[in-house]
Amino acid sequence: MAKTQFDKIWDRHIVKSVSDGLDVLFIDQHFIHEVTSPQAFDGLRKKGIEVLMPHRCVATADHNVPTKNQSEPIKDPLSAKQVASLIENCEAFGIELFGMGHENQGIVHIIGPDLGYTQPGMTIVCGDSHTSTHGAFGTIAFGIGTSQVEQVLASQSLILSRPRTMKIEVNGKLGMATSAKDVILYIISQLGTEGATGYFVEYSGEVFQNMSMEERMTVCNMSIEMGARGGLIGIDQTTIDYVKERKQISQHTIDEWLSLNSDNEASFDKVIELKGSDIYPMVTTGTAPDTGVRLNEKIGKAGHLSEKALSYMQFEADAAVADQQVDYVFIGSCTNGRIEDLRAVAKLIEGKKKATNVNVWVVPGSMKVRSQAIEENLDQVFLNAGFEFREPGCSACLAMNEDKIPAGSLCVSTSNRNFEGRQGPGARTVLASPLTAAASAIAGKITDPTVLFNEAMNTSEKQIAEPLDTRS
Amino acid sequence: MIIHSTAIPLPIHNIDTDQIIPAAFLKQVDKKGYGKNLFYNWRYIENHDPNPDFILNKPDRKSAEILITGNNFGCGSSREHAAWAIADYGIKAVISTQFADIFKGNAYNNGILPIVLEEKAVAALTQTTVENANVMIEIDLKKQSVNCEAIQLHEKFDIHPFKKHCLIEGVDETQYLINMRDEIKAFEKSTYKAA
Repeated sequence: MAKTQFDKIWDRHIVKSVSDGLDVLFIDQHFIHEVTSPQAFDGLRKKGIEVLMPHRCVATADHNVPTKNQSEPIKDPLSAKQVASLIENCEAFGIELFGMGHENQGIVHIIGPDLGYTQPGMTIVCGDSHTSTHGAFGTIAFGIGTSQVEQVLASQSLILSRPRTMKIEVNGKLGMATSAKDVILYIISQLGTEGATGYFVEYSGEVFQNMSMEERMTVCNMSIEMGARGGLIGIDQTTIDYVKERKQISQHTIDEWLSLNSDNEASFDKVIELKGSDIYPMVTTGTAPDTGVRLNEKIGKAGHLSEKALSYMQFEADAAVADQQVDYVFIGSCTNGRIEDLRAVAKLIEGKKKATNVNVWVVPGSMKVRSQAIEENLDQVFLNAGFEFREPGCSACLAMNEDKIPAGSLCVSTSNRNFEGRQGPGARTVLASPLTAAASAIAGKITDPTVLFNEAMNTSEKQIAEPLDTRS
Repeated sequence: MIIHSTAIPLPIHNIDTDQIIPAAFLKQVDKKGYGKNLFYNWRYIENHDPNPDFILNKPDRKSAEILITGNNFGCGSSREHAAWAIADYGIKAVISTQFADIFKGNAYNNGILPIVLEEKAVAALTQTTVENANVMIEIDLKKQSVNCEAIQLHEKFDIHPFKKHCLIEGVDETQYLINMRDEIKAFEKSTYKAA
């Protein structure tokens, strides 16, 4: 019988079926960070048991870490204690830790793939909803609560009911300066924040096939923002090339991975078809990620926009979204803190200065991304533009550290959530792609990146450099 | 398990876990004391003063153990702190038309009942509890029923038999998995022996 990729991977991981569609599912890889794990380790201590498979766990400090002067002790005593607990717990239970100052430290969903932990066909969990990121590699990857973190530490398994499957197919050519972030913001604007609740999504079609692994990660990352348990993409040469650069893989393994892809005849519980030619750079206007509009549209054109959200955002429905004054720009997070994101921003703004009314924070997703950016002199491009180039962490995406957007300020952010107060109490968040965020930083207002994008393309052609984006 | 209580109606759709408990309060290393920060940004104004307009601060809602919310409650982050805050505050059941998946799991793991009812039933319960803070609702887990005599509402709700069994018998899912550790180790060995 024809099967989906999701069902093939799920079935291979069933240790035992409990009852009525509940399975004990084996977890191949467990990622751990400082915020959602201390209570889970405590649970093991209370029960007097060890971590069952420490070799399948890896930890990092990311949510709570400062992005300035990381070599100094953390000032906030609560954050310091949480990071110290992680160190203690990893030592006590024999788990590999990439803590602050380690060359492999970074946002958990950036380092997992980049260090070769994330492998096609795996089941992957982490006490973080953006674990869906790893679905880009053809994995079943999803976020869990702390009780489940404890269960995975104790048994490397979870008791789960199988979600329904949804295929989201996007074919055709994307608009100019349109990036993976715009694609997922568009999909979420079509489905709504609860549109995929109860489902596991497979993204299919040429738009995703043409994407790099980093772009695919941006898409899968935000699957949770439409309620999906996770989202995955078929395994192809792009996947294999990325993994091979990081780990030795046998042809046998590759063949096995490819056999996991959805069969042509596989049926899904729900199928959504969208056109790539309908997708252009987008920004959100409300306080949920499903409120995206194109940059030439009025704010009120956004779907899913409530009066409450408009009032919180201090927006008028009949105002143009472009031209709204910007106070902060945040470039980073597990959605868009990878090297390709920083390269795209640097290429767009090279030789330009930020508007005087804007503070711009560029926060690389990991130490490795930071070093790479420095090696490529991207840091100089940012500094010359008046951008701050910080140290790695989750930073202003959820503002757990000191990187908070002040009340009332508007931040164009490459992160994943624009909930009320997400970036700090009273902060107004507009989600966007790195290109849109960069263009807005230069103009000082929400700005379509297309004009700057064309300029950058022309410059790079003259210099016979790599084009910014080969799809356009 | 029977809950017999007044309710707090909070008819807002898509209440995300950042609203239930903002990230600033995720810095503890234990599970205690989150209730005082439940719905922090809605519940308090400057200087930690209670917002008198917010329903949790109304004196006649203080002892309510049931929360009635808009659609898609608990979306966003996986933080179990949201469930800890709700449980610590004293809420034993949340009624909505839909819950986000991760929140729903976290609720069960903390003994909170996430109850899904039809839109019409949720609207009726919301209306009657908005109008009258003394309206009682009865939730019977064994019978899987929600009853509100004031409006003659009698509804059934779904719950997976295993989850129901765990809640009623006090079975800990973690212990269930711990008891399977040998079987799980054998599974790893047989599945990955070739690799």
